[in-house]
Amino acid sequence: MVEALVFVVMAAAAIAGAATVVVARNPVYSAMGLLGTLFSVAVLYVLQLAHLVAAVQIIVYAGAVLTLFLFVIMLIGVDKSEQRDEKLPHQRTIVAGLAIAIVLFAGGVTLFGDFDWVPAATVMNPAATNGTVQAVAVPLFTDWILAFEATALLLTIAAAGAIALAHYRRRQV
Amino acid sequence: MIDPGWYMSLAGVLFIIGALGLLLRRNALVMFMCIELMLNAVNLTLISAGRALNDLNGQVAVFFILVVAAAEVVVGLAIIVSIFRLRSTASVDELSELRG
Repeated sequence: MVEALVFVVMAAAAIAGAATVVVARNPVYSAMGLLGTLFSVAVLYVLQLAHLVAAVQIIVYAGAVLTLFLFVIMLIGVDKSEQRDEKLPHQRTIVAGLAIAIVLFAGGVTLFGDFDWVPAATVMNPAATNGTVQAVAVPLFTDWILAFEATALLLTIAAAGAIALAHYRRRQV
Repeated sequence: MIDPGWYMSLAGVLFIIGALGLLLRRNALVMFMCIELMLNAVNLTLISAGRALNDLNGQVAVFFILVVAAAEVVVGLAIIVSIFRLRSTASVDELSELRG
């Protein structure tokens, strides 16, 4: 009962935040909407016992990534007004119609169709997926150790690439 | 315990909203935020599916997606900044040199 209540509230908050990202004219408002969605999704993670992932979501996304976005918005400036006219005829109508059709179809199949979570239908064991640090660390450092090491390399490359791209070379006069 | 289908449906709605934003907006920064939105929707499906199937590997996959998304944001924002330095705009309509 509590889970259902929290889910409804957080789902509404997540959708509202996502809509803000798309609709807001000012990119700062978009960033704030994204922040709301990220927090709501983190709460939904906790609701599904993914504690470590929720914490990482808050620290990495809401902490680091969003700050980076706000820095770049400040750097670029927010006063540039965006063109709102349609380059392709009926662009928005077609996209909105497609979106509604996909949502209705997918939601209908998932919720009301003859669809089953094969093992979960009989035994859904929440304790098996209680994502504490210890529980997630075991597969992370045994089965996925190679991928884990590869992410270290990836992050180094990304940092070096970002520095190379954003490095300001003053023109030789 | 709620049916995982509800989480999946929410993730689907979030993904659709992100895809809509990517298609409709012209500001490169906002388009980038929409990509993050879609990544988050996919993460939510992975967590729900992992719980429904009693498998912890779903959470491990989300962990890796978070790392890759962070790296992608760092490089992508650096590209946007260097394009802005060159062209003084963040609108993707103005960047059409590569058009065939």
